[in-house]
Amino acid sequence: MATEIKMPQLGESVHEGTLGRWLKQAGDTVAKYEPLVEVITDKVNVEMPSPYAGVLEQIVVQEGQTVTAGTVIATIRESGAPARAGAQSATAQPAAAPQSSRPQAPQPAPMPSSAPAAPRPAASAQAGAATRGRDSLRLTPLVRRLAEEHGLSPQDLEQIPGTGTDGRITKDDVQRYLASRGGAGGPSATQAAFNPAAAPPGTATERGAASARAAGDEVRPLSALRKTIAERMARSKREIPHAYGVIEVDVTPLVRHRETHKAVWRVREGVNITLTAFIVRAVSRALRDIPVVNSSFTPDGVLCRHAINIGIGVAIPDGLIVPVIKDADQKSVAGLGRDLEALSARARAGKLTLDDVSGGTFTITNPGVFGSVFSMPVINYPQAAILSTDAVVRRPVVLGEGIAIREVMHLGLGFDHRAFDGAVAMQFLNHIKSQLESFSPTGDSPEF
Amino acid sequence: MADKRYLDAIHDGLHEEMVRDGRIVVLGEDVGRKGGVFGVTEGLYEAFGEARVLDTPLAEATIVGVALGMSVNGLLPVPEIQFADFIHPAFDQILSEVARLRYRSNNDYECPMTIRVPWGGGVHGALYHSQSIEAFYAHIPGLKIVAPGTPEDAKGLLKAAIRDPDPVIYLEHKKLYRSIRGDVPDGDHVVPIGPAVVRRPGRDLSIFAYGLMLHETLAAAETLSREGVEAEVVDLRTIKPLDAETILASVERTNRALIVHEDNRFAGFGAEIAAMIAEEGFRFLDAPPTRLGGPDVPGVPFSTPLENWFMLDAEKIAAAARSVVAY
Repeated sequence: MATEIKMPQLGESVHEGTLGRWLKQAGDTVAKYEPLVEVITDKVNVEMPSPYAGVLEQIVVQEGQTVTAGTVIATIRESGAPARAGAQSATAQPAAAPQSSRPQAPQPAPMPSSAPAAPRPAASAQAGAATRGRDSLRLTPLVRRLAEEHGLSPQDLEQIPGTGTDGRITKDDVQRYLASRGGAGGPSATQAAFNPAAAPPGTATERGAASARAAGDEVRPLSALRKTIAERMARSKREIPHAYGVIEVDVTPLVRHRETHKAVWRVREGVNITLTAFIVRAVSRALRDIPVVNSSFTPDGVLCRHAINIGIGVAIPDGLIVPVIKDADQKSVAGLGRDLEALSARARAGKLTLDDVSGGTFTITNPGVFGSVFSMPVINYPQAAILSTDAVVRRPVVLGEGIAIREVMHLGLGFDHRAFDGAVAMQFLNHIKSQLESFSPTGDSPEF
Repeated sequence: MADKRYLDAIHDGLHEEMVRDGRIVVLGEDVGRKGGVFGVTEGLYEAFGEARVLDTPLAEATIVGVALGMSVNGLLPVPEIQFADFIHPAFDQILSEVARLRYRSNNDYECPMTIRVPWGGGVHGALYHSQSIEAFYAHIPGLKIVAPGTPEDAKGLLKAAIRDPDPVIYLEHKKLYRSIRGDVPDGDHVVPIGPAVVRRPGRDLSIFAYGLMLHETLAAAETLSREGVEAEVVDLRTIKPLDAETILASVERTNRALIVHEDNRFAGFGAEIAAMIAEEGFRFLDAPPTRLGGPDVPGVPFSTPLENWFMLDAEKIAAAARSVVAY
């Protein structure tokens, strides 16, 4: 019997993915856990392992198509005792809401639909998932019904400011939200308008007045990665009131120590320990001491994260990716150096796993490598802060009564002003500054 | 149309029915020569004589038991329990005999009877003259219970109760007797048992109440309105059979429900309404169906500050409504 293979839910914030290359074709024999298809989601490409062993029967979703989690993407004829197959598939598929029976059966068009992607059952299944996922998104029966009736996705609901107790979304909140986004169309129309990724490029929603073309202009289509970056950046700037603080750090002793010993370290530790490793070390301590910076703002309160997982922005062709160093506060400088090297290598090779890019609680971006001396980074939503490290520049600096040539850099903190204020931001930056400026390790150790 | 006190409306209803139907007999403690401790039956003894207006011993089981015997023998008894607090000796008669007779006899016997029960607190009556008893009796299949809150309903529901072929417990709130006046339609005005009524329309929450609490709730709604919260006030009037349709329609409009009764909250009648709303109106709800009742103490206290603490008032109701709306 044919068993459906569904688009997996890759992480709690990932609701859809674009299929990359199919690694197996119809008729191919597939072993359980053998890579089946590439899925491009949320800044990362993953290879989806086959949940079953058998023969790939039909590919339902073609390469390049974007579908929501839970959508059937292929069918497979399972090998082994057919009698057990049903039971197996029932247990193997993690409770995917009531949407079992639609491989590609055309929907009896509920209303004039302009958005062929994202069938409605999948959307309501998502709403359920989000309800379980986030406490503040616990919805009253009425709000849940309204959300379903108006095709509101979990992302839409997250955007609604709740005025009820503990930030709960009330009926009035939903109605205000619906009114504010305009009375246009039925559920499918509104869904398309608010989820550009779901609408095919070139539809009315994507063509604003600003995009009138003159001769010689060229439209570069958005890659999946570009689209994700665009959505995330816009969302961060839209929802988070950004504020900034910048501090000057004299890293002369650190730079000198590193220049003197980096060759030794490379031999002894097997890694080129970059300046970033030292900064990550200092940042993780500062985050430990000032936990409110390691947080996310939620309507229920500032959610201070216990784990210190520091994301590092890495430039890749056509974009940017943020692999995460897990438990950074528990690692030595040498250990951080190794993590940084491994993650950057995997990022540039396009081999990051989903685990590599998830769980970040704070982000460091390093525009300094491109020569920036003063940066205003955009927060990596939903985190509360991002640190930019600018280029180290040799500068004349007043030291005591004299002027000296010193190695100086700017550290800039972009922070969510809802979560904390400038005083905390500067306390945090000064914490890092004092660690870096008083850098005095023993012997040739990189540890401080 | 005449402006009447709640008490006079009951008296007039009783008088008119006794004129209309010679089978009606009033019996109870001091209902005859004295005209009742509250004066509800004043003048009936003089008008209809001692065969139809009977003073009884202080024995509630006897009052209801005798009424039961009258009803199966063709009379239409209207026994009065002087205070609701003293109805409990008659509980066995009501539960085991009165309410069950039709069922037990497979329709061979019926028991038309209107048990008038002055009830409720806020009258400085202390533990033996203030209690609410509706929850005990609402649990009994075969009984109907009405609790009019206005003079018009007091008269109209009394007539409906007397004309009903089955036993009805008629709850008349003592504090309303002389404190509430209202228009009572002239003539043979009957208010059917069953339908609840929306006393004040609103959009933000529905408050369900009956008896004295109806008036406190209306006052609370007035306060809330000045704050921008429009409460819909539904007067249940009949406790059993419960008008689920009107209740659910109101919750569908407002999406929030507050149930108010002066009886203590635990296992009070409000629990039945809340449960019904939760079961049948779940998809309408934007806040949990909420009950506001008296505190769980063994009686309405005597001392004024304690009685005030026990009794619900407009202020307490408004406060509860605010938190339901804010949910």
